[in-house]
Amino acid sequence: MSDPSGPQFLDVRSYRRKRIVDAAKLLPVIGSIGLVAPVPFFFASIGETGQVVPLALYFFGLWLVLIVLAFVLSRILLGDPAADE
Amino acid sequence: MLSFNILILVATLYVCFLFAVAFMADRRARRGRLGWLRSPVVYTLSLSIYTTAWTFYGAVGSAVRNGLEFLAIYLGPTLVFVGWWWFLRKLVRIGRTHRITSIADLLSSRYGKSAFLAVIVTMLAVFASTPYIALQLQSVALSFSVFAEASGGEGGPSLNTTALWVAAGLALFTILFGTRTLDSNEQHHGVVTAIAVEAVVKLVALLTVGAFVVWGVASGPADILERIAAADISVKSASGSRWVTLMVLSAAAIVCLPRMFQVTVVENSDERHLATASWAFPLYLFLMSLFVLPIAVMGLAEMPAGSNPDLYVLTLPIFHDQEALAMLAFLGGFSSATSMVIVAAIALATMVSNHVVMPVWLYFSHTSVKLSGDVRNVLMVSRRISIAAILALGYGYFRFTGGSGALASIGLIAFTGVAQVLPALLGGLFWRGATRRGAVASLLAGAFLWAYTLFLPSFEGSWLMPLSVIEHGAFGLDYLRPRALFGAAESDPLVHALIWSLGVNALIFVTVSLLTFPAPLERTQGLQFVNVFQHSSGRGAPASMAVASDDLLILAQRIVGSETAVALFRAAAREQGKSGGMPDPTREFVERLERELAGTVGAATAHAMVGQLTGGATVSVEDLLAVAEETAQIMEHSVQLEAQSRELSRTARELQRANEKLTALSIQKDSFLSQISHELRTPMTSIRSFAEILRESDDLSPEQAKRYSSIILEESIRLTRLLDEILDLSVLESKQVVMKTESGNLSAIIDRAILAATVAATPDGKRPLLIERDQSAEDMSIVCDLDRLAQVFINLISNARKYCDAEEPALRIKASRDKTMTVVDFIDNGTGIAEQHRDIVFEKFSRLTDASAAGSAGLGLAISREIMRNLGGSIELLRSSSGVAFRVAFPTAQPSAANSL
Amino acid sequence: MMRRTFWGERMGKHVLLIEDEPNIIEAISFLLQQDGWKVSTHSDSSGAVDAVLNIGPDLVILDVMLPGRSGFDVLQDLRRASQTEKLPILMLTAKGQARDRAEAMSLGASHFMTKPFSNRDMLAAVRELAT
Repeated sequence: MSDPSGPQFLDVRSYRRKRIVDAAKLLPVIGSIGLVAPVPFFFASIGETGQVVPLALYFFGLWLVLIVLAFVLSRILLGDPAADE
Repeated sequence: MLSFNILILVATLYVCFLFAVAFMADRRARRGRLGWLRSPVVYTLSLSIYTTAWTFYGAVGSAVRNGLEFLAIYLGPTLVFVGWWWFLRKLVRIGRTHRITSIADLLSSRYGKSAFLAVIVTMLAVFASTPYIALQLQSVALSFSVFAEASGGEGGPSLNTTALWVAAGLALFTILFGTRTLDSNEQHHGVVTAIAVEAVVKLVALLTVGAFVVWGVASGPADILERIAAADISVKSASGSRWVTLMVLSAAAIVCLPRMFQVTVVENSDERHLATASWAFPLYLFLMSLFVLPIAVMGLAEMPAGSNPDLYVLTLPIFHDQEALAMLAFLGGFSSATSMVIVAAIALATMVSNHVVMPVWLYFSHTSVKLSGDVRNVLMVSRRISIAAILALGYGYFRFTGGSGALASIGLIAFTGVAQVLPALLGGLFWRGATRRGAVASLLAGAFLWAYTLFLPSFEGSWLMPLSVIEHGAFGLDYLRPRALFGAAESDPLVHALIWSLGVNALIFVTVSLLTFPAPLERTQGLQFVNVFQHSSGRGAPASMAVASDDLLILAQRIVGSETAVALFRAAAREQGKSGGMPDPTREFVERLERELAGTVGAATAHAMVGQLTGGATVSVEDLLAVAEETAQIMEHSVQLEAQSRELSRTARELQRANEKLTALSIQKDSFLSQISHELRTPMTSIRSFAEILRESDDLSPEQAKRYSSIILEESIRLTRLLDEILDLSVLESKQVVMKTESGNLSAIIDRAILAATVAATPDGKRPLLIERDQSAEDMSIVCDLDRLAQVFINLISNARKYCDAEEPALRIKASRDKTMTVVDFIDNGTGIAEQHRDIVFEKFSRLTDASAAGSAGLGLAISREIMRNLGGSIELLRSSSGVAFRVAFPTAQPSAANSL
Repeated sequence: MMRRTFWGERMGKHVLLIEDEPNIIEAISFLLQQDGWKVSTHSDSSGAVDAVLNIGPDLVILDVMLPGRSGFDVLQDLRRASQTEKLPILMLTAKGQARDRAEAMSLGASHFMTKPFSNRDMLAAVRELAT
């Protein structure tokens, strides 16, 4: 009990870590919703040939966002020595 | 224009370069200097075999025809990799802890090391992959022909010849680098490195062509976007059922395709590489698809009408006289095709040889695992033959379909085929309730529906399924139409097939799993797979296994090679805290060894091999009876042995098998079993030896052959008799026997017994036994199981005949009774039984004299004692002044019964 | 398999078989003689040591389960006598338990085989031990 900050510090770390794992698990879910669901929603007038550019930009953009998020998360998870749940 | 010969030269140089890369990497790996060979970059690049020639060339064609649809093929895998924490992490961990060698091995291992399941997955994989390999051959052949045309036509060889050369070259490369070592990890550093190089080449090629198209042909990104907007490119495909179907399919394929499993799981050397690949691989896919649309629209705009959009990547540079660029594009496509074929061939060959060839070989090889020749050689040869056969199949398919348009949709057909593994795979990893039966049923149903609704109809009536079935349904039943099962309204055959096959597959998997009960091994494997992160060793008490470590070492050396095996055993001994010598064969060690061996020969085979040495967990009467039954069946063969040497060898093999079971049983320190083992082995030794002599020696004289056959027969009869006695004893001991209650005359029973016991010839050098009896005293009615009682008497009389050593052997039979007990004494005039042996005469296998003279196992008195116990009586050895005196006593018939007679 | 390939080399090499089952004796004798060995037999443990000393074989094949004293006892005696200290001895047993093997090896057996054996293995073992 001489150093109360010690255990508290560990708790915060493991708590943070759990949330990052949550984020890693959530990423593909968000990705699949983003890649499947909103297409008819945002591009209601689908079928017109001119729509292809915004649609393609949307997909490539979302793709890039997923890649960047995966990069950040994997970096954090890799740096953590306790890699198991 | 570039001459065709230069193209050949460059392609050949490129192949030589790949050979050199693979060779150097292999050498580095063998010297243990793995270094960058095991970097996450190489791992990620090796994953790029996902993008085959089908996507390298075909994505542009797909964009022209179906708009954004090609994106789904890349987005599915992206989601899987971005979500690595869910699934891939677990898959790789399981693959590494259990030393999984292939997707078939994974399922087999999870579902109780089922060999049958492995065979199903292997067959499915071979069927789904063959057309895919053919597609790669076709793409290389087509790209060659494009150059041949461009350089003036006539010089180039035909498509078939090119495909043949490519197939042969790939077979050579794969055999050289895919089967150089039989590493227990199944890792191929040379191949993986060469593939990483090819991955770079194809990415650079596509990016360069893309850059050329954007800045060289068009005037920059803005121009391209305008052109794309103006072009007639469909966007409908980017939503709806087909879009979702393609995402699901490609996501399933990235884990289920044998070649992807090979690079993702089997070749993985560090789990943390997966974290890097989780963003780097999607990035690779992103870059690979970045310029697909620009190339497609520029191709549409520039190339003459009617030119094949699948080849725009190649024909656009040629059209603009960019020879070097065309060459680069060609090498990119060539790399895509070759790397896929190489890894697919390795993965399939591993499956075929581990799950089909090895079990068959083990079954038919004459001797047991321990004694057989080097398993490694067999394995190596079968791998090489499998690789060659798989490429030959691919080439055969290419020739069969004649490089027709039927190949175009093959990529997705293959995806749907391997996706049938998905329910069993997901269930196996996340649901402990998944059972082997569920997996088998789901795979069979899924594979059948896939073949019926998609694979066979893809031949358009030219193979197996006639056109009439495709149009009007099997047997002319409309609701069985392959492309509209039960009147399904879905117009896209791919979506229709996926929904039916995967839907029914998953439904059957869950239903059958819920209804069936998993075997114990399935349950432990299931637990270890589902909870792989919680315990790397979820096993029971570290009980010592009753098997000699040196036996295990011999087995291990046969399979993984001497050095590896010795190193493994040393490490285990050190772990157990021993400074040198053999490790103790603890349960843990045996299980680990089994997993190591599984890395080379597959889980089911390894389990069978180690099981041969270690035996079962406990010995029950059922085990004993099973062995006895098996041996009894063999006896039937043995009796017919006389003239049939072929039969002989089979019997010897089966005897060996029964004997091996006996070996395992006897290890259990049960002295009864140990004795049975000895008693069975002795006649078996003669049977086996003479059987082999009869089979192997051509120069036996007919007399010799006849004599040896009769020895076999004689020993077989001895075995049969022994088995009868063992069976009798175990039935009696289990108290399951029901004694009959019948009445008869004691004198008649004794008559019968004497007759039966003296019918055989008197042993050599002995005088016939004289029997003295008092018929009047015997004349009493008894109520008892008469047959069983007679059996006891026969045994006592035969013993007197065999063992009474008097000059004039004689046996006195004396009967008497009181109210409760009837007593019959058997007294001979021999020297009797020594004091120290009195206690053991009734014990099993207690033969007091020379074994061979008796010709029995020594179970007679033990059986007699059990019979008398069951009859409510007793048998005992009396202290008599001379000779052996046995007293048999059983309850006198109830007064009421006696009076009524 | 049972060809007399090394006939010349084996001429005069002598194997003593100590075993009590007549049919097994016949099988092994036939097998070894066909392979070019000279075979003598002895069928119980009493006098087994004397038989070895009298005959002076190049190899002894010794059954564990002999009537009377066990093959292990005979093995122990042979290893104690200076003339037979280094003589190759092949132990045969029908029990086939790991501890039998361990005991045979600790008492100084040169090789240990379990019944039933394959003729090929038996010949290979004899060839290796006696040449």
